[in-house]
Amino acid sequence: MKAIGFLLLLSGWIIVLATLDLLTQFWLRTGFIASGIATEVIGLALLTHSYFSEQRSAK
Amino acid sequence: MTSENLVLCLVLLLLSPLAIAGLALINQGLGRSRSAAHAMMGTLCTLAIAAIVMVVVGAGFAGFKGGGAYSIHLGGVAWDWLGNTSLSMGNSLLGSQSAAAGYVLVCLHIFASGLAAMIPLGAGSDRWRLAPICASSALFSGFTYPLIAHWVWGGGWLSQLAVHFGGASFVDVGGAGVIQITGGLTALSIVWIVGPRRGKYTTDALSTAIPGHNIVLVLFGCVLALLGWIGLESATSLLFYNLAPIRIAVIVVNAILSASCGCLAVVVVTQVRYRKPDASLSANGWIAGLVAGSAGCAFVSPLAAMLTGAVAGSLLIFMIEFLELKLLIDDPSGSISVHAGAGVWGLISVAFFTPVGNELRGAQILAQLVGIATFLGFMLPWIHAVNLILNRLVPYRVDRDGDRQGMDIRELGAGAYPEFVVHSEEFLPR
Repeated sequence: MKAIGFLLLLSGWIIVLATLDLLTQFWLRTGFIASGIATEVIGLALLTHSYFSEQRSAK
Repeated sequence: MTSENLVLCLVLLLLSPLAIAGLALINQGLGRSRSAAHAMMGTLCTLAIAAIVMVVVGAGFAGFKGGGAYSIHLGGVAWDWLGNTSLSMGNSLLGSQSAAAGYVLVCLHIFASGLAAMIPLGAGSDRWRLAPICASSALFSGFTYPLIAHWVWGGGWLSQLAVHFGGASFVDVGGAGVIQITGGLTALSIVWIVGPRRGKYTTDALSTAIPGHNIVLVLFGCVLALLGWIGLESATSLLFYNLAPIRIAVIVVNAILSASCGCLAVVVVTQVRYRKPDASLSANGWIAGLVAGSAGCAFVSPLAAMLTGAVAGSLLIFMIEFLELKLLIDDPSGSISVHAGAGVWGLISVAFFTPVGNELRGAQILAQLVGIATFLGFMLPWIHAVNLILNRLVPYRVDRDGDRQGMDIRELGAGAYPEFVVHSEEFLPR
């Protein structure tokens, strides 16, 4: 789960970079950048959840 | 930059160690008494290592606007990724700037990276060993900080968004992102790796309150931090944004207002929720106000600075509670919420409160979002990967004996307050 979290964080960032390079219309850019950040948030949630599970199981 | 401005910049920079001193007092005051000396020792070592590593390695990677850089050409755009100036202070690091300007720049990076590198110390308090603190600080000041400092302040791709892609560029005048979010994300990574303090959570995963040992030092640290913040914000606005020295007056007023509103917001919210204002949370609210306000300190109006600080303070309480109670993240000094959380809000608030035309407002929001996405999507994985690898080589967490004795006795051989016997468990037979 940690690895997937890492990958999603990086994927979100790459979506944002690709958006800057490939899209020019403001609303398209806004949508894709928002999607990239949403992907990152999911990645962060997965990473957090994996550490949360570790804590719970350590108790 | 004129020589008068350089001297002014240097004088302002001499205030910035007060921010480090302030945060150090806050970190050690919110930790346990049995690890107080260790916390201060960690700060001193971090600052020393940051200074040496920054001069030897970091300053070259951080670079400066118009200096040499490693670029990648994609889609007809040169993405400026990393500074490529000489590592020797006497040579081309100074580039086209005068020698004095180069030294002032290096001086700023030393204090800024030192401040950022010591933010995680509060989060890892009472269990993060001194040797990995030093190793982690060296990597942070040598590679992590210079990378983001170059992107935002050194003419890197984030500072050139408007040139290459139209619209607006990412704005972070006082380092809400470069210093605070980077430090806050490092704190998150450290807490994930070292886990909670012994006794913090019960077997049912219920949180136990471990109050800070010296709230007087914490509150005094807030006052010191204000002075240091003003110095650092003023210096970065002069050096990286070429603002007129008269803007320093705006920065001073905005810093005081955002910190005040951050603190008062916490006082009011804790009074309403707990029927008494919470001193340690209020101190964190003061710092959160400073952090959030630093992103647009030279551009926004005093009213906007007040609103930024108040929102940062209000959000802080819920963020700290959520991390501690729901996610089982033991962050004794609230570093993650104060620095990373408030920093993100500060970067967003710049887009809404900077006085630009309506046609540029949307572009500025996008630019700030790209910056935040970079912190979350690149800096966090990078920082965490570096710390995970380092943890394999130099274990971060102290052993079980150290957990029981406290870091002062375990690592330094003597406590910070030898005349007081506070923890009976230190004297239990083994």
